[in-house]
Amino acid sequence: MIETFAALADPNRMRIVEFLARGAHPVGSIGDALGLAQPQVSKHLRVLKDAGWVDVEPRAQQRLYALRAQPFRELREWLERYRDVWRERLDHLDELVDELAREERNKS
Amino acid sequence: MNTSTTLELESDREIVIRRTFRAPARIVFDAYTKAEYVSRWWAPKSRGVAIESCDVDLRPGGQYRYVLRHGAESFAFFGRYVEIARPNRLVYTQGFEPALGHPLPGEATITVTFEERDGATSFVARELYPSREVRDGVLATGMEEGMRETFEQLEALLSTLLAS
Repeated sequence: MIETFAALADPNRMRIVEFLARGAHPVGSIGDALGLAQPQVSKHLRVLKDAGWVDVEPRAQQRLYALRAQPFRELREWLERYRDVWRERLDHLDELVDELAREERNKS
Repeated sequence: MNTSTTLELESDREIVIRRTFRAPARIVFDAYTKAEYVSRWWAPKSRGVAIESCDVDLRPGGQYRYVLRHGAESFAFFGRYVEIARPNRLVYTQGFEPALGHPLPGEATITVTFEERDGATSFVARELYPSREVRDGVLATGMEEGMRETFEQLEALLSTLLAS
């Protein structure tokens, strides 16, 4: 999991992921769109592939790079869990705030 | 009045939490910051998490530390107050120790605003992380419930590395 996100620490890899969010592309057009040399793009794609962010789809004579849904799905699940934790915390905070407001009214 | 909690990812580096409370800002601010109150709401009890200790030195540069326990494991949130403007604004840093004494790298800076209107307070907490991968990593590993699995995965990974 930590390795997955560490792969995005490089700004160019992040740009590649953002670019691929628009659709699958071959190495050449990724490089052209982002102004990166092909060997550099290939190197980044290899890291992204190892970390589980992208997959290769062979199509006709080309190898297209596409994003995998899995890490995004996981991030969404984690987000949902974090949201539940905060919901519970703030529900308890709400009960406490009500109690304190009531005490204050009773005093005055 | 809608009092539900929302939590959104904003920009690349933020997590933003919003909620409205039916009480004046000074009460919400105190409930949010004072140690005797924090110990009553911070731990997500439904997940079997209990608060062990809660130390707060609420002044600029002062530190706080909340220690929680889940089963046999203790973990902690800690940080330093950067700006305190009771009852409207609070800025502090936050780090996480999944195991006591072993903090994860990358602290968040949290800016909380308490805006009072017609006796109700709108609460907004902006958690700003040093980078996108730290933020997403916090979502992935920093959660009480997910932690055990993470450690098990790390352990499995370590034993694989050691065996090879």
